[in-house]
Amino acid sequence: MRLLLLTLFCWLSFSASAAVDPALVQQLAAEESDDKIAAIQAIAATADPEAAKLLQSLADGTLTAPDGSEIMLNNRIRGELANALAGLRLFDADRAVRLAAARELQTNVGIELAPLLAKALDKETDVQIKALLATAHAQANLASPDIAARLAAVKSLADAPSPNTRNLLLPLTKVDGEPDAGVRAAAKASLTAVERRLAIGETLGSVFTGLSLGSILLLAALGLAITYGVMGVINMAHGELLMIGAYATYAVQGLFRNYLPAYVDAYVVAAIPVAFFAAAAVGILLERTVIRHLYGRPLETLLATWGLSLILIQAARVLFGAQNVELANPEWMSGGVTLMAGLVLPWNRIVIIGFSLLVLLLVWLLMNRTRLGMFVRAVTQNRPMAGCVGVHTAKIDTLAFGLGAGIAGLGGVALSQIANVGPDMGQGYIVDSFMVVVLGGVGQLAGAVWAALGLGIFTKFLEGWAGAVIAKIVVLVFIIVFIQKRPQGLFALKGRFVES
Amino acid sequence: MQRRNFVKATAVTVALAAAGFLSAPALAADTIKVGILHSLSGTMAISETALKETALMTIEEINAKGGVMGKKLEPVVVDPASNWPLFAEKARQLLTQDKVAVVFGCWTSVSRKSVNPVFKELNGLLFYPVQYEGEELEKNVFYTGAAPNQQAIPAVEYLMSKDGGSAKRFVLLGTDYVYPRTTNKILRAFLKSKGVADADIMEDYTPFGHSDYQTIIAKIKKFASEGKKTAVVSTINGDSNVPFYKELGNAGLKATDVPVVAFSVGEEELRGVDTKPLVGHLAAWNYFQSVKNPTNDAFIKMYKDWAKKQKLPNAETVVTNDPMEATYVGIHMWKQAVEKAKTTDVDKVIAAMGGQTFKAPSGFEIKMDEKNHHLHKPVLIGEVKADGQFNVVWKTKGPVKAAPWSPYIPGNDKKKDEPM
Repeated sequence: MRLLLLTLFCWLSFSASAAVDPALVQQLAAEESDDKIAAIQAIAATADPEAAKLLQSLADGTLTAPDGSEIMLNNRIRGELANALAGLRLFDADRAVRLAAARELQTNVGIELAPLLAKALDKETDVQIKALLATAHAQANLASPDIAARLAAVKSLADAPSPNTRNLLLPLTKVDGEPDAGVRAAAKASLTAVERRLAIGETLGSVFTGLSLGSILLLAALGLAITYGVMGVINMAHGELLMIGAYATYAVQGLFRNYLPAYVDAYVVAAIPVAFFAAAAVGILLERTVIRHLYGRPLETLLATWGLSLILIQAARVLFGAQNVELANPEWMSGGVTLMAGLVLPWNRIVIIGFSLLVLLLVWLLMNRTRLGMFVRAVTQNRPMAGCVGVHTAKIDTLAFGLGAGIAGLGGVALSQIANVGPDMGQGYIVDSFMVVVLGGVGQLAGAVWAALGLGIFTKFLEGWAGAVIAKIVVLVFIIVFIQKRPQGLFALKGRFVES
Repeated sequence: MQRRNFVKATAVTVALAAAGFLSAPALAADTIKVGILHSLSGTMAISETALKETALMTIEEINAKGGVMGKKLEPVVVDPASNWPLFAEKARQLLTQDKVAVVFGCWTSVSRKSVNPVFKELNGLLFYPVQYEGEELEKNVFYTGAAPNQQAIPAVEYLMSKDGGSAKRFVLLGTDYVYPRTTNKILRAFLKSKGVADADIMEDYTPFGHSDYQTIIAKIKKFASEGKKTAVVSTINGDSNVPFYKELGNAGLKATDVPVVAFSVGEEELRGVDTKPLVGHLAAWNYFQSVKNPTNDAFIKMYKDWAKKQKLPNAETVVTNDPMEATYVGIHMWKQAVEKAKTTDVDKVIAAMGGQTFKAPSGFEIKMDEKNHHLHKPVLIGEVKADGQFNVVWKTKGPVKAAPWSPYIPGNDKKKDEPM
C-alpha cells in the first residue's frame, strides 16, 4: 500500500521533493465527505506548489485513490476544492490567474479562508482584484466570532450587489441569524442598498428577455410579413421554411465537422447564405408549381400550403430522421456577459438580437432602395397598373415569394441556436408568426416589427408574473380581443391603396 | 380544372405519406407478436426512440437464443407521435388488429393514462418502463420504472442532506401534465412534513416543447437569493430539457450554487447538450450507464453493437439509460413469466409475473413484487460529468420496494397495495 502511494506520488510530482503529507493524500480517498474536505483544506493550508498540482489533478479527475479506484467528488467537495485551489492561486505572479482565482472566490467562502484572504488583500496591488478580494474577505468574515469584524464585513458587502450577497445578508437581518443589534441594523442597510441595485438588474433582465423573444418572433414572422402581409398569400408552410433553414444550418455544421474541423465555430456564419438560398429555392419551387395557380383564392391557398407543409415535414423525416438533430452552439455564442449585479446576458441571445436587426435593415433597404423592392411594392399596390407599365408581375411574385422564404430560412438559422431542430419544429412557430403579422397590420413591415417586440416584452412580463402556461393563454386572448376591436391591426394602410 | 387537379394531387400525396406509417406487418403463424408503442416523432422522440431500439434489440437477443417457448418474437412497431389520443388508437390497433400478446411502451404518464382504458377493456398487457408519479395500480400494467419512493423522495432527501448541499428552499419545475403535477404534490407534502414552509417552495410549469427558459432561470436566480440554500427539482420532460440546460449553462447558474436534480433527464437527453457547464447537476434514477458490473458491461456492449448494426444516427456515441434498462428488464421478465405460465394468455402471464427475478444491468438481482406490479429497485443519485455521463454520489444499499400509493397523499393509507 505504502509503495503504491509512493509511486502515485512520484507520478504526480515532477520534482522528487514532494512536500504534501502522504497521509493527507490517502485521506482524499476517504469514504466520508467530511474527511475529504478536511484533507483538502489541510493540503491547501500548506500553500505548497505541489499542493496546487495535487488538488488540480483531483479536480480534473485524473487523481486516483491508492487502490486505483476513482475518487468520488460531489458538489459540496467540488465547491470546497474550487475555493481551496483559488486560494492557492491568489499569490500567483500572473495577474490573469489571480483575477480568475478572485472571481472564483465570490461564493461559498468559509471563515477558514479569512486569514488567507486578508494576507492576499494586503499584498494585492491591482484595483479590480482588490475589490473582488475585499468582497470575498467580507463574506468569510460574516461568520467571524468578532462583532467588529462582522460589522465591517456587513458594511462592505453593500458595495458588492449580487444575488449571492443578498443571500448572505438576509439571514443576518433576523434575530436568530445574528445576535448583535448593531450588526443587524447594518445588515438591513446593506441589504436595502444591494436590493435596489438588484431590482434595476432584474427589470433590465426582463426587458432583455422580452427583446430576445421579440427578435425571435420577428425573424420568424418577417418572411411571412412579405409573403402574407405584402403578397396576400396565406402560407401555412411558412413554419416549414424555417425548418429548412434550421436543417440547412445542421447540414453546414456536418460539413464543417467533417472537412473543416478547425473552423467549426464559424459554421453558423457560413450557414446564413446556405439557409437563405435553400429556403428561397424551396419557396420559389412552391410558388412556381403550386401557389401561383392559386393567387386570389385564399381558401384554396390555405389548404394547399397546409398540404405542402405536411409533405415538407415528411420529407425532413425521411431525409434526417424523426428525431431532433443536435446543433452545438459555437464557442463564441456560449456563456454570457455579466453586465451588472445579477444580470447575465447570454451571448446567443445578444447575437440573435443583432442578427434580427441586421436582417430587418437589409429587408428594409431591399424593399425601399432597390428596383426589385420598388416593383414588389408596385405590384402590391396595383397589380394591373404595374403590369401595364411593363413590370413582369409573375416574375416579381416569384422573386418576392422567394425572398420571403429566404428570410424564413434566416429565421431558421437563428432558431437552430436556441430551440430544438426537428421535422415539426415549424408547427410551433406558424401560429406565432401569423399572430405577429396580423397584430402588426397586414401589408406593413413596420407593423410586424412593433408587434414582434411588443408581444415579446408583453409575454415575458406576463411569464414572470403568471407563468409560461397562463402567459400563452393571455396573449392569445389579448390578440383575439384586439383583432375584434381593430381588425386592421396596429398599423393600417390608409388612402387609396387599401383594397376593398 | 387545374386547381381541382392540384387539390387531388395534394390529397393523394398526403394520403401516400400517411400510408407509409401504417404498412401492415406480414403474418406468420409460428411467432408471438409483441407491440412496441413509443413516440418516434414529436417532442418525446428524444427520449422514446432509444426505448424502441432497446426493445428491438432485446427481442433479437431473445430470438437468437431460441425465442419464447420455441416461438420467435415478432415486433410490431407503431409511432404514436407524441400525440396522447393517438396512443390510445395505436394501442387499440395493436391489440385488435395485430393481436399482440404484450405491449412495451409509453413514456409520459399522460400517454399511459390515455392507453389504460384500452388495455383494461381489451384485457391487454402493458409494460411501462419509465419512472412515474404512482397513484395508480392497473391489473393490466406492469411498472418497471420507479415509483416516487424509488426516485423522487430519496432525491429530495439527498438534497436536504449535508452532502447534497443542505437545501432549505426548493423550486419544483416541470412540464405541465399529470406526472410533474402529481410528483410535485407528493414532494410538497413530503417537504412540509420535513418542516419546509410554503414560502420556501416555488412551483412552476411550462408547456410541452417549451423552448424559452430565460424567464424561469431569472426567477430561479431571484428565488435562490433569498437567504437560504436553494435546489431545483426538475420534472421537465422531452426535448424542452435541451434548451433548459443550455440556458442554465449560459446564465452561469452553477451546480455548486443551485443544484438541479432531474427525474426525466438521463444520458440520452444530455447527448444534445454541451455538458461542461452542467457538471455537478444531478439526476436520480435506478440505473446509470456508468455503473460498473459485468451485466452492465454486456448490456452496454450489446446496445453499442446494435446501434452500429442498425446504423443509428451517431451510432458511435450512443448511450444507455434507466428507462432502456427498465425496458430490457421488462421484456426479459415477461419472457420468464410466459415460460412459467406456458402460455401468452394475459391473465395467466399476470399471475406468473409476481416474484419473477432478473439479474439487471444495475448490478442487482431485482424482483417483481408478488402483488403490486412494481419492481423492487435500487435508487442511485448521479452527478453530471463533463462527458455527459453520471457519477454516482449516493445509492441505497439494496433494492427498495415500490410504494405506488404515496403515504404523503391523504387517503392513500386506505388503498390496497395490489390491483383491484
